[in-house]
Amino acid sequence: MIRKVRTHPSQNEALLFECSSPGKRAWQLPELDVPAVDAAEALGAANVRGEIPGFPEVSEVEAIRHFTRLSSWNYSIDHGMYPLGSCTMKYNPRINEVVARMEGLAWAHPYQPESLAQGAMEVMARLESALAEITGMDAVTLQPAAGAQGELTGILLIRALLEKRGNPRRRILIPDSAHGTNPASAAIAGYTVENVKSTDAGVLDLEALARAADGDVAALMVTNPNTLGVFEANIAQAAEILHAKGAMLYMDGANMNALVGIARPGDFGVDVMHLNLHKTFSTPHGGGGPGAGPVAVKKALEPYLPTPRLKRVRGKWAWDFKRARSIGRVRAFYGNFGVTVRALAYILAHGGPGLRNATVDAVLNAVYIRKRLEPFFDLPYPSPNMHEVVFSDDRQAKLGVRTGDIAKRLIDYGFHPYTVSFPMIVHGALMIEPTETESKLELDLFIDAMISIAKEVETDPELVKHAPHSTRTSRVDEVAAARKPVLRWKPA
Amino acid sequence: MLDACGAASAEDLFAHLPDAVRLRRPLDLEPGISEYEIADYFRARAGENADGYASFLGAGVYRHYRPVLVDAVVSRGEFLTSYTPYQAEISQGTLTAIFEFQTLICQLTGMDVANASMYDGSTAVPEAAMMAARITGRHRVLAARSVHPEYREALRTYARHQGMPVEEFDYAKDSGAFDLDDLERKIDGETAAVIVQSPNFFGVIDDVGAAAEIAHARGALLIMVFTEAVSLGILAPPAGADIVAGELQSFAISPSYGGPYAGIIATRDQFVRQMPGRLVGQTVDTRGNRAFCLTLSTREQHIRREKATSNICTNQALIALMATVFMTVYGKEGLRELALQNVAKARYLAGKLQTVFTGKCFNEFVVRTGDPESINKALLKKKIVGGLPLGRFYPELADSMLICATEMTRRADMDALSDALRPRLAAEEMA
Amino acid sequence: MYPENFRYSKEHEWVLVEGGIGTIGITDHAQQELGDIVYVDLPKPGTRVEQGRSLGSVESVKAVSDVFAPVSGEVTAINPALADAPEKLNADPHGDAWLVKIRLSAPGELEDLMTAADYESFIGAEK
Ligand SMILES: Cc1ncc(COP(=O)(O)O)c(C=O)c1O
Repeated sequence: MIRKVRTHPSQNEALLFECSSPGKRAWQLPELDVPAVDAAEALGAANVRGEIPGFPEVSEVEAIRHFTRLSSWNYSIDHGMYPLGSCTMKYNPRINEVVARMEGLAWAHPYQPESLAQGAMEVMARLESALAEITGMDAVTLQPAAGAQGELTGILLIRALLEKRGNPRRRILIPDSAHGTNPASAAIAGYTVENVKSTDAGVLDLEALARAADGDVAALMVTNPNTLGVFEANIAQAAEILHAKGAMLYMDGANMNALVGIARPGDFGVDVMHLNLHKTFSTPHGGGGPGAGPVAVKKALEPYLPTPRLKRVRGKWAWDFKRARSIGRVRAFYGNFGVTVRALAYILAHGGPGLRNATVDAVLNAVYIRKRLEPFFDLPYPSPNMHEVVFSDDRQAKLGVRTGDIAKRLIDYGFHPYTVSFPMIVHGALMIEPTETESKLELDLFIDAMISIAKEVETDPELVKHAPHSTRTSRVDEVAAARKPVLRWKPA
Repeated sequence: MLDACGAASAEDLFAHLPDAVRLRRPLDLEPGISEYEIADYFRARAGENADGYASFLGAGVYRHYRPVLVDAVVSRGEFLTSYTPYQAEISQGTLTAIFEFQTLICQLTGMDVANASMYDGSTAVPEAAMMAARITGRHRVLAARSVHPEYREALRTYARHQGMPVEEFDYAKDSGAFDLDDLERKIDGETAAVIVQSPNFFGVIDDVGAAAEIAHARGALLIMVFTEAVSLGILAPPAGADIVAGELQSFAISPSYGGPYAGIIATRDQFVRQMPGRLVGQTVDTRGNRAFCLTLSTREQHIRREKATSNICTNQALIALMATVFMTVYGKEGLRELALQNVAKARYLAGKLQTVFTGKCFNEFVVRTGDPESINKALLKKKIVGGLPLGRFYPELADSMLICATEMTRRADMDALSDALRPRLAAEEMA
Repeated sequence: MYPENFRYSKEHEWVLVEGGIGTIGITDHAQQELGDIVYVDLPKPGTRVEQGRSLGSVESVKAVSDVFAPVSGEVTAINPALADAPEKLNADPHGDAWLVKIRLSAPGELEDLMTAADYESFIGAEK
């Protein structure tokens, strides 16, 4: 029985442009307190545009209804469990939204004098030092806008240090289980990517690493726990192999939710890593962003961190722009400060013991799901898992049902699907990450749903293959979308 | 639960970790605090910032009114707490809103396609430059010195290891517009892109069309950058631009000490497969109803990996939604009126001050004040945050500051600023 | 299924040589593995390609696959129909949906390729 959902009514709504009618308005402006200007005279007639064709014209109530109706077509964390592996979809406490909107923080201009930005700088400094403690690293920059930009920053740091040592080298090693941003970021930093195969247990192959790591390798980029949710137990040895060859160890920290308070990358040989504040530290994903991708480094890499850096001058915070060895900026200003505020609020709320408890619960939840679902789904890599677990659809595929179908059927049971078809080393992956914020009640509902679907695959595979059946929109034609792209609305 | 997991204690869950990697002490962080205390902490920090000051800062980050509808919409959990819309059937809200966003940006910029967002304007610029290099098969980029200095810094960081030399051409010392002769001198057959900003960093409206002609004559693309999106309410969309790389902070995105903002890239249809970032497309579902989904994903890192058009994954979706709501609220007429109010305020203030450049401005302009740092210090006592001293970015303008007025700048504050500056200006003139 | 007069590569391309010009496409097997093809990226006429090197790519919704040149030479023509109708590659990979024509620079390379019978047992073994 499907306990969590029944179909619910959702209203139809046209696109903004189709709801517009001339003369409607939702805007107000105060009376101008200075003389009005003639646009052509002030700006030059050639520079002035006519009406913006197609731009919306709606009333205030129409505007709010429009977006409210659209919102009702979304699933979200606030609806329920969102077990997207690798994405760490945990509850987003609302206090974080409140504090990020406080006037003195939200309206702080990045160029306002340092004497009037001490509060903002203090928040950044406090987060930097908390993240350094959590990761066991020596210095942190908050500048990168997301995980991928953190990766680019980290690899540029490695490049700068190696250049200083005389040879930036040409290759970066990346395990075949890695996220796509890893190779894409390494390429922007000017490196050739070399894939290294994982062992049959799904972890780093030390022998393969030792063979690959010659004097031309700049670094290994590794995710730990890796994308199978398995801790890379040989990580310290991998670091030794790399360091012996003058290469570095980069850690993709997307999965830090499995380690906070339990183990620190700085203690197992990592030279540089990024964190995703929008995963581990609970800043909301907002339908795809914003996030923040702070980078934490060991002492040797600190001089190369992006400009500017916070420094203490006569008891006050100041920005240090004069950093001769810095890789430069990776973006304007100082980072996604609004995300910084939310992440610090999360850390303050939990405190040290609370953060560790969150990790324990995240792992407990994932292990619990694994144990209960193991009888029903194939587990290609049976090593102990941490915060997520990756099954394969091998058993169901024999009956013609693939991971994507099972994912869609989960929607009918009231859940957001898990991550489909990633990591690529698992054939037909079902990647499940519950996070610590799910109760046993919600986990059991999810597990019951998965078991029920496994049974449906045997008794009524067509039901699963054509799911979802309960949603306002049924399966969409992605092939047609890609063959004849329609990327904007146009008047009929 | 532990029983079901075959574990005697939570500690067992971590037994497979090598002992050497384990942290055997508590994290050195304060114990957790309550919601009330958290609010208190941040209220105190907020109070240490510039609260209650009049501000004339712009320079890429503008103080515009945020209609209350914006937060009403983006605070909805359905938008706030959902992930990237990979599962189209339960993400039509986000997908539809992004499709509307892409359309609005096209309407605003006069381009054919726009992506679902970049991190910000400063990273949109290097992304656009890399895109131009892929399209033209060339590598040099030529950026106007009047492009935001921090955007050019980000451009250099990205370009450095891609065999992409970044060179710059100057601005005209009288008008503040870019120097077309210098552009002519520096462009060559290896130039992939010419990058210009309008209104430029000095607030001057540049002749993008003229730069485009020069670029096109040499087979290069023209990348047009904007930092002040409100200007597009009244200024003609960039003539001849091949790629538009912009920042939407002006559209209801709080200054928030530098981020998060939202960047965009828009371009012509023929270049769509070289675009970075996510794209939403229209399609139908199995019942034949209109539906939306992420599309042309083979450009992206999760499929093409090291050959992807960009490494971007997480973008700025919620911020782009703020901009979407903003554009909806102001609409056709409102955005124009808003832009005109900005022009009127800036004209009023500029009329009282000694501007450096003769070029026509939108809502910012450069004023020669003599030592801007000490003037700003004095202004702070009057609860005024002055303009941005330009010496850090342009040594030749060390005696000048960049001043901005928006619809939120009150006449009384502008009068106070000009009064405060006037004795100094007079003194400068006498000296 | 696999025409006798074609030669086949291990990367699942075929070539048909007539009067020094090779017509090149992807095999039915390749088309099936890719699923619905949504885009085809081809080189400009005049481009020189080398045996075993990528000459373009075909894309499905969630995958990109390089097309490797089965023989070296200069591209003399590309199939204009595929830009607007990539789905033809799914419908008729051995006929209407050829990709490019190449003037062979090293006809001896044909010796490296498989016959239809060899190719069929090759894909049989791959499965
Ligand atoms: C393992 C892993 N690495 C890197 C990233 C990239 O991070 P971001 O999306 O913040 O750029 C992600 C998430 O998307 C991830 O799951």
